[in-house]
Amino acid sequence: MTAIPLEHVLLVAAGLFGLGLVGVLVRRNLLFMLVSVEVMLNAAGLAFVAAGASRWQADGQVMFLFVLTVAAAEVSVGLALLLQVRRRLGTVDADVARRLGG
Amino acid sequence: MGSIALLLLVALPLAGFVVLGLAGKRLRPAAVAVIGAGSVGLAALDALGLLVRFLLEPPEARVIRQTLWVWLDTGELHPRLSLLLDPLALVMALVVTGVGFLIHLYSIGFMRGEEGNGRFFAQMNLFVASMLVLVLADDLFFLYLGWEGVGLSSYLLIGFWWRDEKNGRAARKAFIVTRIGDAAMAVGLFVLFQGLGTLQISEVAARATAAWRVGAGPAVLASALLFAGAAGKSAQLPLQTWLPDAMAGPTPVSALIHAATMVTAGVYLIARMHALFELAPDVLAAVAVVGAVTMLLAGLSAIAQRDIKRVLAYSTMSQIGMMFLALGVGAWSAAIFHLVVHAFFKALLFLSAGVVILALDHEHDLFRMGGLRKELPLAFWTFAIAGASLAGLPLVTAGFYSKDLILWEAWASSRGGPLLGAAGIFGALVTSLYVGRVILLAFFGERRTVASVRPGRVLAIPLVVLAGLSLVGGLVELPPTLGHAPSFSWFLEPSLPAATAAGRRSDMAILQGLTSLASLSGILLAYLGFLRHRRADEELPLVGPGVTGILASGFGFDALYDLCVVRPLTRIARANSADALDRIFEGLAALVGLTHRALCRTQTGRLRTYAAAMVVGTVVIVGIAVLR
Amino acid sequence: MILGWIVVLTLAGGALAWSGGRRASRWIALGTLALDLVLVGPLFLRRPATPAGRRWLAELVLPWMPRYGVGIHLAIDGLSLLLIVLTLVLGILAVVASWREITQRTGFFHFNLMAVLAGILGVFMALDLFLFYLFWELMLLPMALLIAIWGHERRTRAAIKFFLFTQAGGLVMLVSILGLAFVHHADTGVLTFDYPELVGTPMPAAVEMLLMLGFFLGFAVKLPAVPLHTWLPDAHTEAPTAGSVVLAGLLLKTGAYGLLRFALPIFPEASRAFAPVAMTLGTIGIVYGAVLAWAQTDLKRLVAYTSVSHLGFVLLGIYAAGTVAQEGAVVQMLAHGLSTGGLFILVGALQERLGTRSLDRMGGLWAMAPRMGVLGMMLALASLGLPAFGNFVGEILVLVGSYPRSPELTAVATAAMVLATAYSLRLVQRTFFGARAEPASVLQDLSARETAVLVAAALGLICLGLYPQPVLDTAEPALGALRTVFGQVARR
Repeated sequence: MTAIPLEHVLLVAAGLFGLGLVGVLVRRNLLFMLVSVEVMLNAAGLAFVAAGASRWQADGQVMFLFVLTVAAAEVSVGLALLLQVRRRLGTVDADVARRLGG
Repeated sequence: MGSIALLLLVALPLAGFVVLGLAGKRLRPAAVAVIGAGSVGLAALDALGLLVRFLLEPPEARVIRQTLWVWLDTGELHPRLSLLLDPLALVMALVVTGVGFLIHLYSIGFMRGEEGNGRFFAQMNLFVASMLVLVLADDLFFLYLGWEGVGLSSYLLIGFWWRDEKNGRAARKAFIVTRIGDAAMAVGLFVLFQGLGTLQISEVAARATAAWRVGAGPAVLASALLFAGAAGKSAQLPLQTWLPDAMAGPTPVSALIHAATMVTAGVYLIARMHALFELAPDVLAAVAVVGAVTMLLAGLSAIAQRDIKRVLAYSTMSQIGMMFLALGVGAWSAAIFHLVVHAFFKALLFLSAGVVILALDHEHDLFRMGGLRKELPLAFWTFAIAGASLAGLPLVTAGFYSKDLILWEAWASSRGGPLLGAAGIFGALVTSLYVGRVILLAFFGERRTVASVRPGRVLAIPLVVLAGLSLVGGLVELPPTLGHAPSFSWFLEPSLPAATAAGRRSDMAILQGLTSLASLSGILLAYLGFLRHRRADEELPLVGPGVTGILASGFGFDALYDLCVVRPLTRIARANSADALDRIFEGLAALVGLTHRALCRTQTGRLRTYAAAMVVGTVVIVGIAVLR
Repeated sequence: MILGWIVVLTLAGGALAWSGGRRASRWIALGTLALDLVLVGPLFLRRPATPAGRRWLAELVLPWMPRYGVGIHLAIDGLSLLLIVLTLVLGILAVVASWREITQRTGFFHFNLMAVLAGILGVFMALDLFLFYLFWELMLLPMALLIAIWGHERRTRAAIKFFLFTQAGGLVMLVSILGLAFVHHADTGVLTFDYPELVGTPMPAAVEMLLMLGFFLGFAVKLPAVPLHTWLPDAHTEAPTAGSVVLAGLLLKTGAYGLLRFALPIFPEASRAFAPVAMTLGTIGIVYGAVLAWAQTDLKRLVAYTSVSHLGFVLLGIYAAGTVAQEGAVVQMLAHGLSTGGLFILVGALQERLGTRSLDRMGGLWAMAPRMGVLGMMLALASLGLPAFGNFVGEILVLVGSYPRSPELTAVATAAMVLATAYSLRLVQRTFFGARAEPASVLQDLSARETAVLVAAALGLICLGLYPQPVLDTAEPALGALRTVFGQVARR
């Protein structure tokens, strides 16, 4: 079994991260922003796994488990907030929810 | 015995002040008058008793000291509240209490029915008490207490009729201008204390002569500063402007300020500190010159005044100038002699002028008077006697003897000279000119205003007594040409060194002749100028309205100071009334506010902006970390 | 032990006053302060035989946080004693003067007042620097509340300004305190905040200067020294009468006390090097405050600026650092407390009656209120430095003492006497004399209660002016002891 070079995996992870980031920045729909954040998290997870595998250590997988947990928590809180925003403002447009503006 | 009498001398007027100050409102007017005048009267009797005692003792024993308590004692500084009575102090005390008492007596009649009688007499008593502290103090610190007390009392009394804003302004002017001199004097005290380590008067004299050469820096500095203080209190150039305005007070107050208290303080101070001044010949020369210049300027100004009291005010400045001239040439006892005689006739001038003013219902304008000779004979005769004494009418008046002595010293003493002597003689001419003018304008010519009130007995007694003193008061000191009985300067000998003038008796006689001539020709000039060619307007004969205006304004010093000092200061103070320094801190606060607003703008509330900012921030930080 | 009780008692009295009703709270506050005064009284009789002997008249040492070198160390010498008596007397005057003025939340008002007083008392007693800082801060908040709740029109702004200025100064001082403790720790290995141990800590000149400047800044804000004075006119003007009295009469003195007690003895070399600057600042303050006072039309602001001028003398005297000058500074502190406190009470009474502080709307009040006029005149005269009043003794001693150090500055400061005359007479003239600006209103003269307060102040000033010896004798051993440390370098 030929190992995939670490660089390739990291490139994929970076690509995924960039994709998520662009999603967060350009989408106004909160739901899609959440999805994009999810993508970024998974990109980080992929990088961990790849880095752990390249050194024959389990740490990378352990970290991925953490990332997974965090992602689950984030999604649940995020979705709850999303619902509240939807209920109060009648929209899920992030630019409309700017009550904290100075 | 003596020390108790000395204590009483100060304590009596002070007690009068305290009693009247606390209970003046509740007392009946009669009781106020008795306490007010009585306290000073008793003090005068006390002073007379002390005089008798002194005369009975040999000259060396004529000194009494009495320490009340140590004022404060810290480090090397331990001024005591202590009194010293020597011949000089006694003479001053006699003038202050004697003339002061007569003025108080007069005030009973003058202020009858006025509002605030208790306040008036309380403040008069305070005036006398402060002046007594000034002349009897044995310590320069204690003297300074009296010095400031005199300033305070003059402020209170000049502004006695407080409802008029004008009086308040005059009162404040008097206090503030004299306080400029006081500040200089205070610095002079610091110089003395640093150099000599004491402020006890006799010690200062002794240590100064021991420690400093003639012309030594500290001696010159200290005496110059003391001179500035004296000039402030005695209304000499350049601090003279307060005196004419001080006329705003009731007439007895003016009499007190001009005759018994206040303006004589400067003369007394220099005479008292003569040992110090002798170490600074330059300062003494300055004293003489300032005195001579003030004498001439004030005398000329007096010619052009409309207000009878202002004439007298300028006359006082002029006469005090003459005393300063005497001090400057080292004629110490002559200066004090003139001070005493001046107190008699100047008090009388004011008091008889007060009778006129009262009779004409507070009319001050000379051009609205006239022909009062018949209506107010007492006022006329007393005013004429006092005026004659002021003009130095030969032989019969006291003023002749004292003025003559000064002129002789100014001419012949080692510090004097022909120039100062000539200035003095010219001053005598000017003096008799303005005196003649006042008398002629007020008492001769046609009548213009009807007199409403005749003086009662209370007013008459002081006038008569002072008239007598103005005539015979000079006989205590007879010059060599006229009997040679200088008993006054003999009496002062323990306090003040004898005069230095040395000259032939014939020279002295010539000078006396010249002085007499000057004095008589002044009166003649006045007769020619103001009675024969009497004009209705205020313009002086021979000179144009311009010169009259300059003279009437006292050579424009008020306008000058207003322009150069008062107005710029006021403008600066007004401009900065909001405190420019506060702007620094306000600016700091504004800057914080500005930053706050700028940073607020970044908080848009848009989630995506924040995310973008985070990305940029991360990239920058990571970039820096990688690239370093 | 008695010292602890005084502070605790004052605080407890405040708390009790809060819980008490409207009328009760005044009496509770008054009673507590009177009781304090009775407790302090006997200390006057304890005089240390020599400066070298027992230095403290009373002392209290309790452990608190020994691990950090923090203890409860209270002690007083003559200097503190005089200021404590002044605090209690002015506290009583302030309570009596605001008897009728405060109608809302009277209990809380008295709690704040007592808390400020407790803080001030603590400052005058504390010898542990940590504790000192604690008391220093204790003065601050209640005072700001006094201004913010019971003040006049622009009270909030003034309270914030006061708080920011003094808090900033306090924090700088805290840094210096910590720095000093650490320097001492580095030297000796002992971490302590105890004043007697910190005195004489050797340190490099640069460090000493830096730490001294921290202390100076903290105290100079309170004093206040120009140019850090600008909080004062606002705070004094907007504060209620009692607040103004406590501010001017007492709070400012804590700055002077701090300089005398801490800045000079702990940092002798630096203080000596800094003295010309401080004396110049003092002189500038004297002149600048007087000029500004002269230009004011708000009566309270006028009085406030006179404080700047008068405290300039204190600063000048403290740094002139001779016996005479420092005695003068102490007398000036006491006299200024009485004269300015009295003036603020008078102005408060006027404002209560006329509803204005503007000089333009007064004038001619003598006719209706002669008693007020006489007392106002006396206080104004004291404030212009007339002999026979305490202020004169203070000022003249300061000037005599500072003349050998700097004749020029002394001459300038003396010349400011003329300015003092100008503003004091202006105050009297524009309120009591001249024509009546608003003829319609009637003015009640001072009530017996107010008269008693002002007469007490005036009498105190006259006593101080004619026989200041007891005060000088009380202060001298303390000042002497402080100077023996400072003086080894400073004495010429």
